[in-house]
Amino acid sequence: MKILAELRAQGRAQDMQALVDHLPYARFLGIRIDRKGNEVTTVLPFSDHLVGNTRLRALHGGVIGAFLEITSIVQLLFDTSCERLPKTIDISIDYLRSGRPVETYGRAIVTRHGRRVANVRTEIWQEERSAPVAAAHGHYLLTPA
Amino acid sequence: MPDLEDHLAQIPHAAAIGMTLVSRAANSCVVRVPYAEHLVGDPDTGVIHGGVITALLDNASGIAVRAEPDAAGEERSMATLDLRIDYMRPAQPREDLFAEAHCYRMTSNVAFVRAIAYHGDRNDPIASSVATFMLGTPSTPRP
Repeated sequence: MKILAELRAQGRAQDMQALVDHLPYARFLGIRIDRKGNEVTTVLPFSDHLVGNTRLRALHGGVIGAFLEITSIVQLLFDTSCERLPKTIDISIDYLRSGRPVETYGRAIVTRHGRRVANVRTEIWQEERSAPVAAAHGHYLLTPA
Repeated sequence: MPDLEDHLAQIPHAAAIGMTLVSRAANSCVVRVPYAEHLVGDPDTGVIHGGVITALLDNASGIAVRAEPDAAGEERSMATLDLRIDYMRPAQPREDLFAEAHCYRMTSNVAFVRAIAYHGDRNDPIASSVATFMLGTPSTPRP
């Protein structure tokens, strides 16, 4: 992917904000990156177009899934140098609470990193880190740079 | 049967990604998302983001459950418990996405749904999913 090679050439391989800004769907969702040292948190500000249930004003299950997936891929790209965007092989999502109309945060851990496949565990939460809204684990196909 | 087209139009995110109901039958449905630039995941290839497929499969699966009203004829209140998606081949650029979902088992508390996402040919799926839904969940916001 051109953007990954460009960022690498500019010595900004870990600039995940530049990456998500480059992905139309991540921009459409409004995802931001909060980086503190070597820790990356994804941030999803609340917006009306993310709602799946108007009575509850709850986030759409698909938005939660997409945010989990993007959080996982951002962590993978932050940890390793890839030629192309990692491809999702499978993702398994547990919906734990309804997503309230507030800001949502995401963190991922690459639990196993092979040459071609990585296993990632991801959690998203709102006000309370210990009360996650959803969790996912997934496998991603890698193309090392 | 509740008006599912109306139901879909009232879901802001479904409307935001252009989701529409193509057809429905007892316990199953077909839903479509037209190709659009803002749904792209990789601008180099123009392929739609996996997250859109997640939203499509999740929503189609939910509609397959809603295709049957509850005992009181009311729209069912429900929540996704889990959703597992296998991506079998890449989506193609500039092609509409379809999802066909089938609720194959419904108990008093839980509904079980399988779905596939595809472009033109449902025998050549892009992704498949299994989901479970909890039925009769609260329909007021949690505190």
